[in-house]
Amino acid sequence: MPKKIIKTENLNLWFANKKILKEINLEIVENKITAIIGPSGCGKSTFVRTLNRMNDLIPSCRITGNVHYKGKNIFSPETDVTNLRQNIGQVFQKPNPFPKSIFDNIAFGPRLYGEKNKDKLKNIVEESLEKVGLWKEVKNDLAKNALSLSGGQQQRLCLARTLATKPKVILMDEPCSALDPLSTAKIEDLMQNLKDITIVIVTHNMQQATRVSHFTGFFLMGKLIEFGETKDIFTKPQNKKTEDYISGKFG
Amino acid sequence: MKNNRILKEKIIFSFIKMAAFFSAITLVLIIGYVFIRGFKVISWQFLFQEVQQRDITKGGILQAIIGTIYLGIGTFFIAVPAGISSAIFLNEYIPDTKTSRVIRVAIRNLAGVPSIVYGLFGLAVFVQFFNLKTSLLSAILTLSSMTLPWIITASEESLKAVPFEFREAALAMGATNWQTIKKIVIPHSLPGMITGSILGLSRALGETAPIILVGATFYCRSLPTSVFDKFMALPYHLFILATQHAHPQAHEYALGTAIVLITIIYLMSLTAILIRYHLRKKKNA
Repeated sequence: MPKKIIKTENLNLWFANKKILKEINLEIVENKITAIIGPSGCGKSTFVRTLNRMNDLIPSCRITGNVHYKGKNIFSPETDVTNLRQNIGQVFQKPNPFPKSIFDNIAFGPRLYGEKNKDKLKNIVEESLEKVGLWKEVKNDLAKNALSLSGGQQQRLCLARTLATKPKVILMDEPCSALDPLSTAKIEDLMQNLKDITIVIVTHNMQQATRVSHFTGFFLMGKLIEFGETKDIFTKPQNKKTEDYISGKFG
Repeated sequence: MKNNRILKEKIIFSFIKMAAFFSAITLVLIIGYVFIRGFKVISWQFLFQEVQQRDITKGGILQAIIGTIYLGIGTFFIAVPAGISSAIFLNEYIPDTKTSRVIRVAIRNLAGVPSIVYGLFGLAVFVQFFNLKTSLLSAILTLSSMTLPWIITASEESLKAVPFEFREAALAMGATNWQTIKKIVIPHSLPGMITGSILGLSRALGETAPIILVGATFYCRSLPTSVFDKFMALPYHLFILATQHAHPQAHEYALGTAIVLITIIYLMSLTAILIRYHLRKKKNA
């Protein structure tokens, strides 16, 4: 039995009076890649943003049901949400480096948790940039503004910035949709190399889901229609709607 | 038909051009008038000697200059921290609640209250209720209350201009609200907040009405030695010279005082521009 790191139970979510997620029961397997696919507006982004409680930022958001991270309910009053977000990092659709130097971007997370030692910070920066294959490209420009990098480099920088916080899980919300195919391939390679991190990736791109993920969940109109191993979902879907979607009949 | 359109274009264009020139000419005329008529009285004596009550031509306006500078410094250190903090509270902690809307409406209206009314307020609250007497401190507090709404509004605008993605990225890494504000939001919005604050302050320093009621006086034998002393200030000095002084050259000395006041205010605006330029450069380095 593979270990489950995140578990949702009867998760419902509303923005004001609009119901976005309906009775989601889903389990994320530790250290594997889970893809969330589905047409626009099906609630897949909202779903991943629930897992690190980023929906807390939206005042009209209301949630029922439970989400467990390592067996603990993330909505319970004892949960320290900053701690949760340190463990469950996120990479956004649009690269969003801070308008600071490359070094300060990567060191941002460790500094948040109180790391002041310059040598340690240097090591973390090098290690994180090395993991995303940026170190060689930027090692002489660490003081340069991160916004001077190309879009693909910026997205890898954002991934490195998240890795520097040593997360157990990384949520990726269509991380490649603003990137060219070459940069996309690089990000996908990186995902494969992060063997000791659980990844949940939202994607529009079904080829991407088949390329990178071990498990796939198909969302439609706020419901989880089907969930299973990626190869099963794409070769022998159980549900007619899943079959229609992956064969391109809608979406 | 076609000619008609082109004619319309020409008429409209010359009209807006005239309007633009009109404002520029007004400024040139004001500055020109003040400088040409008042320039003669500017001298080292005028700038660095104390006022001679008997004969204004024998002394300077040192007390008034120092009084205005004290007023500016005091107001800066009270109104700017209070204004920026209020803006952060409104925009970052309770961005869209009933409380914040009520406070915001109050602030907008506060910005429209005439300055003389602030004088009355200062007289009732600081001078009488808190028993600070008519003093430098009362005037600083009165001008601080007056500049507060301008500073809050300017600061809120620059806080709003911080892209949501930056906050989102910081929070998603486990930053607390305050860490996000301190490390991301404030550095990004500081140039705008400082500029807005200094411009608000420079407007306040030109005010005459409120400070007359709470502590400015036409003549002090010496410079204020504590915040509880009365003080002289440039705008009030100017007002008395221009309207109530018997000396035949009083009008020229009023314009000389105006030059000093305008220069101080322009120097402050220049400082604001330099600070903004410096912080922008640092941000984009």
